[in-house]
Amino acid sequence: MAAIGLENIRHAYGPDPKRPADYALKSVHHTFEDGGAYALLGPSGCGKTTLLNIMSGLVTPSSGRLLFDGRDVTGLSTEARNIAQVFQFPVVYDTMTVYDNLAFPLRNRRLPEAEVDRRVRETLALIDLEDRAHRKAHGLTADQKQKISLGRGLVRNDVAAILFDEPLTVIDPHMKWLLRSQLKLLHKRFGHTMVYVTHDQTEALTFADTVVVMYEGEIVQIGTPDELFARPKHTFVGYFIGSPGMNVLPVALDGARARIGAAEIALPGAPGPVEGRIELGIRPEFVRVGREGLPVAVSKVEDVGRHKVVRATLEGRPIAALIGEDEDVPAEPRVRFEPAGINLYVDAWRVELGS
Amino acid sequence: MEKSWNNRAWFMVLPVLVLVAFSAVVPLMTVVNYSVQDTFGNNEFFWAGTEWFEELLASDRFWEAMGRNLVFSLVILAIEVPLGIFIALNMPRKGIGVSVCLVLMALPLLVPWNVVGTIWQVFGRVDIGLLGHTLEAIGIDYNYVSDPIDAWITVVLMDVWHWTSLVVLLCYAGLVSIPDAYYQAARIDGASRWAVFRYIQLPKMNRVLLIAVLLRFMDSFMIYTEPFVVTGGGPGNSTTFLSIDLVKMAVGQFDLGPAAAMSLVYFLIILLLSWVFYTVMTNRGVER
Amino acid sequence: MLELRNVTKRVGRVDHIRDVSLALRPGTLNVLLGPTLSGKTSLMRLMAGLDQPTAGSIHVEGRDVTGVAVQKRNVAMVYQQFINYPTLTVYENIASPLRVARADAATIDREVRRAADLLRLGPYLERTPLALSGGQQQRTALARAIVKKAGLVLLDEPLANLDYKLREELREELPRIFAQSGAIFVYATTEPQEALLLGGNTATLSEGRITQFGPTTEVFRRPLDLVTARTFADPPLNTISLEKAGGAFLLDGAPVMPVPAHLAAVADGTYTVAFQPHHLALAAQTPGAIPIRAKVTVAEITGSETFVHLAFADARFVMLAPGIHDLEPDTAVVVHVDARHLMMFDGAGRAVLPTLRAA
Repeated sequence: MAAIGLENIRHAYGPDPKRPADYALKSVHHTFEDGGAYALLGPSGCGKTTLLNIMSGLVTPSSGRLLFDGRDVTGLSTEARNIAQVFQFPVVYDTMTVYDNLAFPLRNRRLPEAEVDRRVRETLALIDLEDRAHRKAHGLTADQKQKISLGRGLVRNDVAAILFDEPLTVIDPHMKWLLRSQLKLLHKRFGHTMVYVTHDQTEALTFADTVVVMYEGEIVQIGTPDELFARPKHTFVGYFIGSPGMNVLPVALDGARARIGAAEIALPGAPGPVEGRIELGIRPEFVRVGREGLPVAVSKVEDVGRHKVVRATLEGRPIAALIGEDEDVPAEPRVRFEPAGINLYVDAWRVELGS
Repeated sequence: MEKSWNNRAWFMVLPVLVLVAFSAVVPLMTVVNYSVQDTFGNNEFFWAGTEWFEELLASDRFWEAMGRNLVFSLVILAIEVPLGIFIALNMPRKGIGVSVCLVLMALPLLVPWNVVGTIWQVFGRVDIGLLGHTLEAIGIDYNYVSDPIDAWITVVLMDVWHWTSLVVLLCYAGLVSIPDAYYQAARIDGASRWAVFRYIQLPKMNRVLLIAVLLRFMDSFMIYTEPFVVTGGGPGNSTTFLSIDLVKMAVGQFDLGPAAAMSLVYFLIILLLSWVFYTVMTNRGVER
Repeated sequence: MLELRNVTKRVGRVDHIRDVSLALRPGTLNVLLGPTLSGKTSLMRLMAGLDQPTAGSIHVEGRDVTGVAVQKRNVAMVYQQFINYPTLTVYENIASPLRVARADAATIDREVRRAADLLRLGPYLERTPLALSGGQQQRTALARAIVKKAGLVLLDEPLANLDYKLREELREELPRIFAQSGAIFVYATTEPQEALLLGGNTATLSEGRITQFGPTTEVFRRPLDLVTARTFADPPLNTISLEKAGGAFLLDGAPVMPVPAHLAAVADGTYTVAFQPHHLALAAQTPGAIPIRAKVTVAEITGSETFVHLAFADARFVMLAPGIHDLEPDTAVVVHVDARHLMMFDGAGRAVLPTLRAA
């Protein structure tokens, strides 16, 4: 297991990149600590898969260095980097049994057969496929195949890192839960360095201890799930994380008060002198619907099972709020913003509020 | 279910049915008709029953030709399939090279059978042919007109030259359909070139290989034009395949009855062998 | 009105669809919810007329259309893959069903622009589909289905290949788009969350059978059997087999929890007791909440909520708790089941009524 250092990595797919837009990755600088569980989260085209492929050696960056435990591996081949990867679509060797699939990476490395057998048996137990060990991998379900892909990584106990490229895309929701929690548990038990690429916020947030949010080839925020939730550094993070995403309302500032049209909101503190486009961000979870606060016009209440989403307009701006499964929207509804949930953005970047 | 039979879609199929009837069924019935009769010209026919069939199955001439056919098919399969796979594996996957290779590969397939025969007939001639002359010049005794082995080599070479491309193109199509992730996973697993071939490429080519083998088998079993043009079935009977014998019998000797019986037997054998091939190979696929 | 009467589809020796009866009204959105291979696509193909049922019949407005070819059924279909004409512009793609129907130029232009507005494709009409993002490609396919003015629009996991956030946006827009059309919409998905977000009606499918059909929240809150409850739960439903003896539930003879008031009248015996993950909480939030002792397997934090996987005797539970709870594996915790939402299923998997009382 190893720490993975990314030193000013830039990458362009086309030859001779000139403008920043030509780069799929625009200067990424970050270190994945040894034994950490990381997620790279972002919409398609944000560069997360490129970054993963650079780590696995399938793509060589246009510039910058890649370090495994301080050792420069930028020029090394995939085989020499000693990493494991689980792909979006299950990759299994159809003609082999489950057992032989797991033994394959070890036999390729010419381990003694007794050692191969011991490790394969251990791994079979870890991924719960002992009873299918001698079945052909061909007829298995998608989730079992993905477990085999993972198993081929786990079986090599010296891998520097395990990389995941949207591994749950083709898995049914119920199995997703099971696989994800098993993965999390495996990480807790063995402490592999794991990097998990996904566009699905639930997967990213539940799997990772640290989430790296990417947007248009750049890292916009690195943080724990609760940091990303409570203090999004950029309005994009606020929008991208959370369902529904954060409400972003253009406001005018007056000391520690923000004004939206005629409505006034007390901020938990006053920002320093600011200039630019000022917006207030508040997550639907922190918008309280009741008889107090600012009047809103409710357009729709969506019952989504475990809670309800209230869609309303506040001073002509759409706003979403969450209420409990057993709650109702009162007549002449008003909303109140929990001070702890209020964030202020200038030109889309978050500013601290003094107290 | 009944309603789908009332569907007007059946009218659409009608022209094809008529065409198939005229092109296949009617001639086949004529052949069946001939095979059970005897004729002495003048359009006089006598009932012969199964006589021609009995005669045919008892004749050495038939079985020898059949043996030659089988050996020929097996030899060209043994050469063309591995060679085709090998070439397909080494073809480029992207860039300008792809189209260049594909055009080069398709060229032999565009040449008509008899032209291929003529090309090789000239090519191999000892007096004026590039191949024949060169071989003789470096001291190899090569003459397809007099030496049965040389005649065989020439016919086999000709077929390999003509048809390996088909195997290449089919295999190539199978290879490019393998997702990149498989190759990536294999690199990560530290697989050797051979292991990639054995566990990824070969299994994924299974289906196209089945088609390639079937097509090449059926086609080579029916070989006619090339040996007819180049060797005319000789020297002796060494390259007299079933089809050549059949034509000799029907056109050369006007033995319509025996020839009809032979073509029926020939037809059934191809059908049977193709079916056996198909079943064996698809079963293997299922097992996998 | 589209009616399926006792429809069965057998392929070889396997029943893909088993004795399905279903009536769908115009102007409704109907979700087919079930895991992969539960028969969603098979059922849609039967509705479309792409396949013929082995038994049973299909009726449109009371007319038997079993065996009528798909071309004559006036249906539109949208698939998981983004299927558009790659060489045509977005405009021509949307116009294609109208051109087939030989509409006049003015009608085509009006309809295409209306559909493009509805699906926010206005700025992209002159581009070809491959120059668009996945979300826009699928919007184009949806627009084509809508201009066709088909009586039946079938959507087979249309959002499965899209990014999470794009899915969220389209899901929110779809009901509005559907509402303006008046057609029967049938929407297949594997995701319970998606069914809930779309609303409308839901039919849960399991092994080729429809286990329940009704308004989406109704099916979610009052499943009539265990299979439906399991199908319609994400995270997975918590279940445990317990012995009801008077006012207590027993596990291996020892009482583990009291029987909530609304289930007190049920006869004693062995039942599967079930509850949704969000009806399990760390603190007693409602009167009558039932405390149980469990051990943490692993905790997954999503920022606003925590999924806590728990071991309770031999059962595995999932708790969806608001807030952040960084619980280490093997921690012993007391968690509380919201008694009002506890469900009971008998030995045959049928719900013991009265189950849920919607608050």
